[in-house]
Amino acid sequence: MTASAAKVARQHRTRHWLRRGLFVAYGFLGYAFFYLPIVILVIFSFNDSRSVSKWSGFTLRWYEAMLQDHQIMVALWNSVFVAVVSTLIATVLGTLAALALERYRRFPARLFADITLYLPIIIPDIAMAIMLLAFFKLSGIGFQTWKVSIAGLRLAVPYSVIIGHVAFNISFVAVVVRARLAQMDRTLDEAAQDLYATPWRTFWRVTLPLMMPGVLGGALLAFTLSLDDFVITFFTSGAGFNTLPVRVFGMIRKGVTPKINAVSSLMLGFSLLLVTLALLAARGNEDRKIQMF
Amino acid sequence: MNDALRRYPALRAWLLLAPSFLWLLLFFIIPLGIIVVYSFLQRDVYGGVVWKWSLDNYRRVFDPLYFKTFLYSLWIAFLTAFFSLLFGYPLAYFIATRPEKTRNALVLALMIPFWTNFLVRTYAWLTLLRTNTGLINVWLMQWGLLDKPLPLFGNTFAITLGLVYGWMPDMILPIYAALEQIDHRLLEAAEDLYASGWQVFRRVIWPLSLPGVVAGTMLVFIPSLGAFVTPAILGGGKRLMIGNVITNQFLGAHDWPFGSALSVLMMAVMLLATLVYFRTGGDRAGQGGL
Repeated sequence: MTASAAKVARQHRTRHWLRRGLFVAYGFLGYAFFYLPIVILVIFSFNDSRSVSKWSGFTLRWYEAMLQDHQIMVALWNSVFVAVVSTLIATVLGTLAALALERYRRFPARLFADITLYLPIIIPDIAMAIMLLAFFKLSGIGFQTWKVSIAGLRLAVPYSVIIGHVAFNISFVAVVVRARLAQMDRTLDEAAQDLYATPWRTFWRVTLPLMMPGVLGGALLAFTLSLDDFVITFFTSGAGFNTLPVRVFGMIRKGVTPKINAVSSLMLGFSLLLVTLALLAARGNEDRKIQMF
Repeated sequence: MNDALRRYPALRAWLLLAPSFLWLLLFFIIPLGIIVVYSFLQRDVYGGVVWKWSLDNYRRVFDPLYFKTFLYSLWIAFLTAFFSLLFGYPLAYFIATRPEKTRNALVLALMIPFWTNFLVRTYAWLTLLRTNTGLINVWLMQWGLLDKPLPLFGNTFAITLGLVYGWMPDMILPIYAALEQIDHRLLEAAEDLYASGWQVFRRVIWPLSLPGVVAGTMLVFIPSLGAFVTPAILGGGKRLMIGNVITNQFLGAHDWPFGSALSVLMMAVMLLATLVYFRTGGDRAGQGGL
């Protein structure tokens, strides 16, 4: 009886470890699937040949070529400019909207406003892109540009692109900030009011600092989405305007070269920088996680 | 003014909302309205529109030429959701069963590729999959495992793989959130009652993770249906999805009314999917669903 029980237990344990091993192996494979293509992409950006599939030695020449490519540099600064401006606007607007929807439970047309704010998240970018294209063409707003000089480059950024980016970013900022507001202790606001703080003072000294991790998280998300966007920029820019993703798309259409790998690696570097920033920002937040959904 | 603001909270709420609401009204709701109206109009010979109401565009959607593409897009979106679930669920389970520190690191490790540019990730697969010069075929042939290249590119396989790669984190994260919240005592209770490993999964774990599964499926299905970049790059110009056809109508063929009708139909399908999602309680994902 006891012998057989021990046997069963042993079998049980073996199976348990086998299952665990298989599982870890699977997890490992899963992460390899996510990372290998990116790693290979970066490796071949250093390939001393025009091929992106045969390794022929280390070089930095594709990065040099990238830095000397005027169009790529313009596209890079266009991307940054659009991302910065649209993030600033979307963060302010989205945060205000979040405050309204989270702090005021009942007011006329609240549901309508709520749905309107959610729609841009649900609707696929291709639909939003053609909607905006039709709107800009029909309304006569067109694709007029905002002319700026950055880093010795003359940029002409269509307002339509910035407007489009703000339109999809407001919703994401609002969602992130609302999540933060929902977790906050409202009694702190009330305490401030009880101590005769004016509503303004309460907002600046209590509410805003407490909701800051959410605001920062929302801004970072908006910035990332804006840098990443290809479809909406492609449709709302009129002719001849490139952000980095639009430029990369054009280059891919012409053929695959390690230069594209170099530009891609640069964009990867950007993303990693942003993730790091998000983590650092989250450090100061007691939830350890930055508010992202 | 100040007095009115103090007395009417609704006024304060709407003042806070006004800037973003106006922005979205002008640059989202009105454009949406334009597309809907356009879908009932007709094109003229110059690429403009004629103000004559008709359902012709919607009839044309069912023209086999376009309807096939529509069905093909639905098929791709289904395949993408299916394979994301098939491969993503075990991965979510893997993450959820690690110790807490590892768990957080693994979730972060999943987010990093997700934060990188979608176009870059698609391009990465292009360099791997291309028929004659793609790394996978080149390597397999170098090692003598193949005589002639596998058809990895410009087909359903390539598009689905690209989409699964792009959207699978959206499947994994909600499932993980649901799994993480399962009370371990429930699993122990099931085992105490002599449930086999499979039974524990089938009768306890799976039902409890269902809200995450529904949410993940939605989050993968919708963007896959509207995909434009992936088929454009990995479809090799041979396989088109509805997103590409819409693009052609707006940028190439200049038939905006028909392009609008296609978009409206696509959005209708997505809306339907969203409604199903809310009906099945997918929105409770992450709250345990108990």
